[in-house]
Amino acid sequence: MMILLFFVLSVICVGSVLGMIISKNQAYSALFLVLAFSCLGGLFGMLGAPFMAVVQIIIYAGAIMVLFIFVIMMINLRKGISPERKKWTLAVSAVISVVLLAELVFAVLGTPPMPYTAAFSSGTSPTDIGRLLFTKYLYPFEITSVLIIAALVGAIVLVKKREKE
Amino acid sequence: MIPASYFFLLSVVLFVLGIIAFFLKRDLITQLMAVEIMLNAANLAFLALAKSSNFLDAQVIVFFIITVAAAEAAIGLAIVMLIFRQKKSIKTEDMRSMKG
Repeated sequence: MMILLFFVLSVICVGSVLGMIISKNQAYSALFLVLAFSCLGGLFGMLGAPFMAVVQIIIYAGAIMVLFIFVIMMINLRKGISPERKKWTLAVSAVISVVLLAELVFAVLGTPPMPYTAAFSSGTSPTDIGRLLFTKYLYPFEITSVLIIAALVGAIVLVKKREKE
Repeated sequence: MIPASYFFLLSVVLFVLGIIAFFLKRDLITQLMAVEIMLNAANLAFLALAKSSNFLDAQVIVFFIITVAAAEAAIGLAIVMLIFRQKKSIKTEDMRSMKG
């Protein structure tokens, strides 16, 4: 049952990423990506990380992709991007990606299989993550909040139209 | 129970698809989306490791990756908006003013 769910979710995920690559319209690409990230959220839930699944769906499929769609609407390219790519970039990227895929698959299959530890089978509660986040990782957490503030202020300052003086 | 290597293989496939999208697509917004796909593939690998090694810290790392990805998307899209205002285009072929 779980294995069936895994295959369904992963096929939808890979298929929607392929659709994002194929589609010419950027808004459709963004919507395909929302579907892919939602499926990844389901996979995170299957990996015993319910908090990360919810964060994935709310932050990624919700907030970040809505930001992308807002920018696509503001830029508003009516004609779309014409595919005037050079021939050799397709060949070079195909070769590079096939080599990388072979290398990574070889690395994954070469490692000995890790058995699941028995204590972990019930999944982790968000309480454990919160406790870890506010004790062991307190300083990175606070630095992350500074990073978010810096990104927010930076984005506002970059996009703001300057007044003519 | 699903073996962890299945999740690693899915993560590898997603990462390579992100690289292909980054090379094939010719506009800045879709290339930023390709970067997000690669970050998500890394998240999936981290969570599979967290599951198989009973190491809860990997989930915290995924939390930080998602936060940094949000900041990166905000700044990246702001830069795309600036480029579009100056050049009226987001195609990478048009960004050749620094070409020697």
